[in-house]
Amino acid sequence: MASEEMEQLVRREYKDGFVTDIESDTLPPGLDENTIAFISKKKGEPEWMLEWRLDAYRQWLKMEAPSWAHLDYPPINYQSISYFSAPKRPEDGPQSLDEVDPKLLETYEKLGIPLHERAALAGVAVDAVFDSVSVATTFKKQLGEAGVIFCSISEAIRDYPELIKQYLGTVVPVADNYFAALNSAVFTDGSFVFVPEGVTCPMELSTYFRINAANTGQFERTLIICESRAQVSYLEGCTAPMRDENQLHAAVVELVALDDAYIKYSTVQNWYPGDENGKGGIYNFVTKRGDCRGDRSRISWTQVETGSAITWKYPSCVLRGKDSIGEFYSVAVTNGRQQADTGTKMIHIGEGTRSYIVAKGISAGRSNQSYRGLVKIAPRAKGARNFTQCDSLLIGDKCGAHTFPYQEIGNSTATIEHEATTSKIGEDQLFYCQSRGISEEDAVSMIVNGFCKDVFQELPMEFAVEAEALLNVTLEGAVG
Amino acid sequence: MLQVNDLHVTVEGNEILKGLTLTINAGEVHAIMGPNGAGKSTLSAVIAGKDGYEVTQGTVTFEGKDVLEMEIEERAQAGLLLGFQYPVEIPGVKNIYLLKSALNAQRVARGEGEMPAPEFMKLVKEKLGYMKMDASFLQRAVNEGFSGGEKKRNEILQMLVLQPKLAMLDEIDSGLDIDAMKVVADGVNSLRAEDRAILLVTHYQRLLDYIIPDKVHVLVDGRIVKTGDAELAKQLEANGYEGIEESVA
Repeated sequence: MASEEMEQLVRREYKDGFVTDIESDTLPPGLDENTIAFISKKKGEPEWMLEWRLDAYRQWLKMEAPSWAHLDYPPINYQSISYFSAPKRPEDGPQSLDEVDPKLLETYEKLGIPLHERAALAGVAVDAVFDSVSVATTFKKQLGEAGVIFCSISEAIRDYPELIKQYLGTVVPVADNYFAALNSAVFTDGSFVFVPEGVTCPMELSTYFRINAANTGQFERTLIICESRAQVSYLEGCTAPMRDENQLHAAVVELVALDDAYIKYSTVQNWYPGDENGKGGIYNFVTKRGDCRGDRSRISWTQVETGSAITWKYPSCVLRGKDSIGEFYSVAVTNGRQQADTGTKMIHIGEGTRSYIVAKGISAGRSNQSYRGLVKIAPRAKGARNFTQCDSLLIGDKCGAHTFPYQEIGNSTATIEHEATTSKIGEDQLFYCQSRGISEEDAVSMIVNGFCKDVFQELPMEFAVEAEALLNVTLEGAVG
Repeated sequence: MLQVNDLHVTVEGNEILKGLTLTINAGEVHAIMGPNGAGKSTLSAVIAGKDGYEVTQGTVTFEGKDVLEMEIEERAQAGLLLGFQYPVEIPGVKNIYLLKSALNAQRVARGEGEMPAPEFMKLVKEKLGYMKMDASFLQRAVNEGFSGGEKKRNEILQMLVLQPKLAMLDEIDSGLDIDAMKVVADGVNSLRAEDRAILLVTHYQRLLDYIIPDKVHVLVDGRIVKTGDAELAKQLEANGYEGIEESVA
């Protein structure tokens, strides 16, 4: 989405008086049952929702943070985080763009983001105040006519409690993993999409989250449901790098596809990766899972991951319905001191289920990247098929790429294919392009974009163009 | 146009060129011939700016400018273009995209501005016809899965589109059957112009039956030991390089 459009969206929300009683909404750092009760009350939630949150919290207390990922970061102090987003007071943040990492500003410049937008993204106090309330309610009317519900998860809890009760936590159970449990306890916003039987959502849905509050964890919760023969394409993220004082982000996304339904979920993730030494970057611990509950249903994840200091993310598909299809197309780029442990899980339960995985990892600078993928074929998944292609591209000699494929095959009729390559960006390729008059930087981006083509072509057109530009900016100065 | 003066080049500590001197004027076609390991490919690689070659002595100037001080892409932008013996594959990058990026990068560097898309397409289609290449070539990834002959034709196609002032062709005939060589030679001949020079690096004389050079240089052990016209190539074919080496010694 062009930044002007985004700007208009934001303005519109505020003109409508979306934000009220700002100062009193601040919650001091710390997490206990009172914190959760406060959040639930602020959101005007019914009692059962509070119980649901508390159940998650109590389970979380008994859990331990996972340590199996190929990531290195200091322990997170969950008591030092504020769990309710409130707009930042001017004195807390950078007072002007002069105080912001100049590298970040340079990037905004290159992505063509207007001046005052830059300030907002960089966390500088500006006249218009953004907080972590989703901005996604514009085309409501048109959607309403089609019978599609698209609103914030908080609204959905208030307005569509039956749907929430029926589906929330059924794909990612409250105690699924450490970060999912934490999210279940304290999530404050996110999106809800419901596409009724037989309806193809008339437009691509997208949500842009803005954060402007210091020390406030971002815990998004997204739930998308497609009934039989329904279809939706959902776009998440923003190509502009967003800065956030707070390091921890733990989102949960649940997708449910019934018979013959199709959900396409595309992400461009570009959280602030930190400065040259990795300082100040975002920790992104995300649980994304799609449930192909119906026969012949299809869920497709496409992601372009370029931001964050730490990425821990495995968008997965549970292929329960007969002949259902799961897809995962991913480009992950790490530069500087970024670390990413990302991949997917394809759980084949139904007969004739198929899954496709195309993962492209690009490591530059001193970054480290791992692909971690699980393909599991349950005993009754007769005739299941998986194809995995996993390619790594290294730029420079101080970065790392690792591949951890896991396969658990419980049915002998399954067909599993795995292809993997690791290559260094070729000196010869670079020389070839440069000797045609193309600058080194343009040559790198040309080669890298070529490498990622299989994935980019899965993105919605507009996103694909932005993703290419983003890749170029991310990898600037990676060679030489 | 191009002046190479007393050029000494080492690769990993071994001296490959040992005082090479060469002058190429606009409108001329020069052929450099020589046995394997004489340093033929080194010369064009150094002029194009390939990494790993150390110039220890001597100068290379192109239209009065010091080539060795220029970045690789600046050399191409100035009109020096190398056709590769072994063109690399670039998966996922369409041929047409490389052509367009290269042409526009050169034009922008020269202050001419990018070529409008319709004009570009017209130009490319015309040149494709010259090289007897199908338009589907443009949509394929650069050199990926190309046969040896297709790769070489693609190199010449780039020359025809990019219109360099000095085209350096490194063993452009290697691995070509006679039909493909004719097409390649036709393409090269169509490049001949008053204001353009061509430097052919070749091991065999047969290419020079189709592209008649103005000057032939024999490169042995890092130096040009003999210079003549097209007749010299024929003598080489008959007597081999050893005869030359002996006569020089």
